Amino acid sequence: MLSSFLIIFQLMKTNKELLQPEVLEAVVIRFVGDSGDGMQLTGTQFSDTSAMFGNDVATFPNYPAEIRAPQGSLYGVSGFQVHIGSVEISTPGDQVDLLVAMNPAGLKTNLYAVKPGHTIIVDTDAFNKKNLEKSQYETNPLEDDSLNNYRVIEVAMTSLTKEALKDVEGLDNRMINRSKNMFALGMVYWMYNRSIAHTIDFFNKKFKNTPNLIQSNTKVLNAGFYFAETLELIPNAYTISPAKMRPGKYRIIMGNMATAWGFLAAAEKSGLELFLGSYPITPATDILHELVKHKHFGVKAFQAEDEIAGITSAIGASFAGDLAITTTSGPGLALKGEAIGLAVMTELPLVIVNVQRGGPSTGLPTKTEQSDLLQAMYGRNGESPVIVIAASTPANCFNFAYEAARLALEHMTPVILLTDGYIANGSAPWKIRTVDEMPEIRNNKILTPTENWYPYNRDEITLARNWAIPGTKDLEHRIGGLEKDKVTGNVSYVPENHEYMTHIRAEKIRRVQYNIPELKTEFAEKGDLLVVGWGGTYGTLHTATKQLSEEGYKNIGFAHFNYINPLPKNTEEVLKRFKKIVVCELNSGQFSKILKINFDGLDIAQFNKIQGLPFSNDELIQQFKQWI
Amino acid sequence: MDLIMEATTVEKYTFKDFASDQEVRWCPGCDDYVILRSMQKALPEMGLRREDVVFISGIGCSSRFPYYMETYGMHSIHGRATAIASGVKLANPKLSVWVVTGDGDSMAIGGNHFIHVLRRNINLNILLFNNEIYGLTKGQFSPTSLVGQKTKSSPYGNTQPPFSPGELAIGAQARFFARIGGNTPKEMTELFVEAEKFKGTSLIEILQNCVIFNDNCFSKYTDKDIREDKQLFVEHGKPMIFGKNKDKGLVLNRLKLEVVTLGENGITEADILVHDAKEQDPALHLMLVRLDYPLVTGIIRSFDDVTLEEREKELTAKVKAGSNFTKTDDLFFSGETYEIK
Repeated sequence: MLSSFLIIFQLMKTNKELLQPEVLEAVVIRFVGDSGDGMQLTGTQFSDTSAMFGNDVATFPNYPAEIRAPQGSLYGVSGFQVHIGSVEISTPGDQVDLLVAMNPAGLKTNLYAVKPGHTIIVDTDAFNKKNLEKSQYETNPLEDDSLNNYRVIEVAMTSLTKEALKDVEGLDNRMINRSKNMFALGMVYWMYNRSIAHTIDFFNKKFKNTPNLIQSNTKVLNAGFYFAETLELIPNAYTISPAKMRPGKYRIIMGNMATAWGFLAAAEKSGLELFLGSYPITPATDILHELVKHKHFGVKAFQAEDEIAGITSAIGASFAGDLAITTTSGPGLALKGEAIGLAVMTELPLVIVNVQRGGPSTGLPTKTEQSDLLQAMYGRNGESPVIVIAASTPANCFNFAYEAARLALEHMTPVILLTDGYIANGSAPWKIRTVDEMPEIRNNKILTPTENWYPYNRDEITLARNWAIPGTKDLEHRIGGLEKDKVTGNVSYVPENHEYMTHIRAEKIRRVQYNIPELKTEFAEKGDLLVVGWGGTYGTLHTATKQLSEEGYKNIGFAHFNYINPLPKNTEEVLKRFKKIVVCELNSGQFSKILKINFDGLDIAQFNKIQGLPFSNDELIQQFKQWI
Repeated sequence: MDLIMEATTVEKYTFKDFASDQEVRWCPGCDDYVILRSMQKALPEMGLRREDVVFISGIGCSSRFPYYMETYGMHSIHGRATAIASGVKLANPKLSVWVVTGDGDSMAIGGNHFIHVLRRNINLNILLFNNEIYGLTKGQFSPTSLVGQKTKSSPYGNTQPPFSPGELAIGAQARFFARIGGNTPKEMTELFVEAEKFKGTSLIEILQNCVIFNDNCFSKYTDKDIREDKQLFVEHGKPMIFGKNKDKGLVLNRLKLEVVTLGENGITEADILVHDAKEQDPALHLMLVRLDYPLVTGIIRSFDDVTLEEREKELTAKVKAGSNFTKTDDLFFSGETYEIK
């Protein structure tokens, strides 16, 4: 069989008569295999190449929870999904047009996602007795009728890789085996009419000290590419034209990295040093991983002994004049609650990033959810309002991390920034922002005492107290968790003072509405149905509403919230322009509660999903159609 | 380092310069007054600028301390002062940062932060007011209360064996540990100055009498008329001799410390152990910490080591020297970027 492929390969190599590629608007591809098969790298290379070609892209990884799961097992499958298009791409996509399965376990766990009639590429070498048993197949799916509804392309990738590398010296079996993902990538490059040049550049950089790896990977990538070209089983190639994107320099960025970079930019713009106090927790840890790299910018990233020390060290750093942040996920936010209260009482600037995951308790650490919203709003003792904002795409994690820092510094308050596992691990093109382009960041530092200076002297407009930093002469003062006298900042148990200070703390947050943008709607300014979302569901909700709008439903609008406490000042006015509102959330209705508390007379319906998964386009379309 | 360089420009302060305008509200007769005054007297001796001094406390009677100091300060939340102080010091290593904590605050709710700050050796000074009781919540047993001790939460006697703060601290790699009676202000003042001089985390356990809930808890060591016989105040490089008549001393008998009398059985000063606080091996320091008779006070351990700030500073300089990035734009435009026209 192998030799016959090679014969065809040799024959067809000279026959360059290619079919004209079919043009597609968008395509979703999923690469799956064993943890060691290099699926993340394969997917990343494909999405980077497509982005450089000019496509809009969105990706999402799916790693096994086990660090080193047994080879070939169902729970050891690692996947990477890429959605590319000549049109705007807002999500990594639901169902896939092409599944590349490097082993039976990958096929078994991912077949559900393949659109009927669409393509599956498998490495037939991996469909041996041992792997079939491990993936609990009773019969070989390639030999029974179970895949009749799909176009299956069977390729002996492992053997072909070995064959391609037979003349390369200095490679052991393991190295040869590990490069078969490049064979798959080569095939997919040909199928979608992509150049292999970017990936070859990548090899040259990555393996610059091991030339035989450059040679071997290049050979295998080429072999896959030409194999696809010559193979009769792939009748035609597809192409996806460049998308209309704003001109400029781009890079592909993951949400967590964008968050980290937003803080770097905010520190530089504000002229402050960045301090991170953090404790590892999935799925927030990548922010810590990223910030520890940047000592060259003077970043002080402190891995603390627990979540509480993560935030309290940051509070100490804030007291000492740094731009202080702490990063965590749901259970960690619960542990930080008391300390957030201290930052509320001491009125110190602080950003708390919560990359949400499924809860309660340990819940679903690797799955996404939006169920920490009310914890962020109210999860502290006493009345302790904070600013709550939420990023909504992998790329705008940059903007909202920056915005969280800006608001904390300008208003002298803790800010909770909510992201989630879906956007934190997803990646998309980011139009690079220079620090010059970013908005100014003021802070409330005071350098010399004014007459009658007290630590709780406030800005008349924002009510932010001034920020006197240790080391500044004649501004020595004490702050703390006990209630403060409204004038002197000394400890006060006076009943009226406590009530006054409680109102001041609330009013200070309320006034933030004058320092944030107004709410805008997409697709319709008024009408019958307003789709409302917040945070990481932007991509899915935007895509579904857009589809309906394009189908001719002109009375459906979409409003997405990034600012939750306080809400944009025109919120009520916008919501009242629509007859009905549907609030879509990955929880059982937390944001809709907030809207109901704030505004009377709205007809609010809910669409909720609590499965650890994002919304799918189909379920959204189906729901929205019920209401229009 | 920077503080020492700038010392010549420091104003001359008196203890009054470090007293805030707040009325001190501890119970009459509390040792905390002695500690506060000793600190206010020690600070002018340290050559610091007042604005560079920061006191961070947690919760408990002791934690009121920052309000009474005319320095920067934060009265924070229960158990977390060491973590907050770590953030202050890492943010600005030029500051002189003091943690004020008690046996409940640091050994119970804040136990985790306590051991980790010692492990890291951040250049902080920790004053541990040990009164073997919870005072502010009005009389429950603490992690240093004795077995059998009757308290509000152990009416039939405490069943939980106590920590020895020094033992716990040295086990957690404390480089500096000193102990002092709450009624000896002169020695206490000197210890505070030594703690500030020490580069690394300095821990001073103060045996602090609680006149209300645990009165006379340390009397058997600290009462004026007996303390010279019951306490050994150690000094680095000096033989460990104590007693009103300076006639008792410590020798090592196999693996145990033993009290001997000078002049008896041919014992002379030359036989007495000489205190070496700077020894890295903590074995003898642990024995001194555990000793009940005599109770050892003074600087038991003072081992010079690299601090976390120094490691961080060195590493940061190295990374900076090897990096082409000076501003974030350099990072953002580095690596895999592409142009859309």
